[in-house]
Amino acid sequence: MTFLELLHIIIPILIVAASVVAVLLKDLLAAVIAVAAMSLLLSLEFFILQAPDVAIAQAGVGACLTTAIFIIAIRATKRMEGEV
Amino acid sequence: MTKMSKIVRTIASIAFPFAMIYGLYVIAHGHLTPGGGFQGGAIAASACAMILVAFGSKWTLDKIKEKRLSVFESLGGIGFIAIALLGLVFGAAFFNNFLTGSNFLFGTIPATGSGLADINTGGVLPLMNFAVGLKVIVGLFVIVLVMAYAATSFKEDKK
Repeated sequence: MTFLELLHIIIPILIVAASVVAVLLKDLLAAVIAVAAMSLLLSLEFFILQAPDVAIAQAGVGACLTTAIFIIAIRATKRMEGEV
Repeated sequence: MTKMSKIVRTIASIAFPFAMIYGLYVIAHGHLTPGGGFQGGAIAASACAMILVAFGSKWTLDKIKEKRLSVFESLGGIGFIAIALLGLVFGAAFFNNFLTGSNFLFGTIPATGSGLADINTGGVLPLMNFAVGLKVIVGLFVIVLVMAYAATSFKEDKK
């Protein structure tokens, strides 16, 4: 098994793990960081699947801009889930 | 939205030019390397969004004029369509690449085979990348800016 095939197994597992962590966390700021990490790993997966165009777009929009929008929304509301 | 701590502001000030230059590089080399107008514009807009998150919407709205942002975004869209229509005037069809082959701007025919890429190629493609990049930078930055401004007024309403 080559290194690239190993990466194709490890990175999807990490993507699923980051998504599950994002759902389970009660701290919304930490959940947003988990979503950003999931997006960055997804961009890495796009890159090793030889789609660098899509990887750059995913890293720019998914990991940066949506994170900024989520952080702005959390600062305007409550940080913890369930406080209301 | 208020500004963040001094550590965050200093790091954002240092990282901003690097992110901005990388985004402009992706736009300018859109016809040679992966990426193009949208991808480079998204990178440059995320650099602007980093400044906005670090310094707060009040500081940012003091520094820029929103009306001018609207003008820039319209300039990007109009420039794209205008270059496409110039293909109808100088060439045969809409989107015709009339600059390639001429010895004018971006007019060189690239040499075949492997080697270093020539930036002065591509005809109208780099110009269209610039137009799309301008529109994407300003459009995505305005989305984040409006979000931050709405968050500020929402918090003031609750108090």
